[in-house]
Amino acid sequence: MVSLPHYLVLSAILFCLGVIGVLTRKNILIIFMCIELMLNSVNLTFIAFARHLGNVEGQIFVFFVMAVAAAEVAVGLAIIVVLFRFKNSVDIDSLNIMKW
Amino acid sequence: MEAILFWVFAVTAIVSALVVILAKNPITSALGLIVTFFVLAGYYVLLSAQFLAAVQVIVYAGAIMVLFLFVIMLLNLQKLPDMFPQKRTGFLLGIAVGGVFFLMALKALTGISVTGSPSQIDVDMGSSANLGTRLFTTYLLPFEIASVLLLSAIIGAVVLIRQSPDTDQTPEA
Repeated sequence: MVSLPHYLVLSAILFCLGVIGVLTRKNILIIFMCIELMLNSVNLTFIAFARHLGNVEGQIFVFFVMAVAAAEVAVGLAIIVVLFRFKNSVDIDSLNIMKW
Repeated sequence: MEAILFWVFAVTAIVSALVVILAKNPITSALGLIVTFFVLAGYYVLLSAQFLAAVQVIVYAGAIMVLFLFVIMLLNLQKLPDMFPQKRTGFLLGIAVGGVFFLMALKALTGISVTGSPSQIDVDMGSSANLGTRLFTTYLLPFEIASVLLLSAIIGAVVLIRQSPDTDQTPEA
């Protein structure tokens, strides 16, 4: 029988894979994809809890997270395209103009 | 049945997430992410969130990933940069931090008491009718604010993309 902790542990695994991706990759596009992976794992947690508690509020929250993620991707990819024009690279090590 | 689906989906999700973070080519990563999104949509159906499963496939696997693939192909990376840090320490440190984070999450999850049996499962809970009623009554204001957020994101993206050619090139008619 699959219960709530199964879903919670699965989404923790997916979230940590996203964290590892963000910390180890150098390609800014892949880092951005890993952020999407983390957002999705949190959505899974929300929906698992919504089902467990029989409360639809969790699903409404996921709906808003999706709307924010869509906005974030649109703006983030625009920034990446501008950065690529500026630096001609998607390597995060080359993006050090704000380094003090 | 639910248990079998859960484990099949779990293995698929973890493998495709590993593809996302290990693939050399960004396009392979994007395809792995699409598989992850589809698997999560399957989970949403299992968890009686049918409407969100449809939204997941349409918005995430459809719109967002097409945007990603579009940008990857638009950038047309001639030579793929070395994807992992040159220094081994950075790589190991990243994995260590991720692992510690996972152990922390696991500790937190085992600490909470989720012993209560699932409350009465309403199969209709995640239907578009039920969710729509909530969105247009209790959550009307956040819903409208989300639409304003999306509008500002559209404008922001257009402004950002337009900016640089205008500043270093003469605008052509």
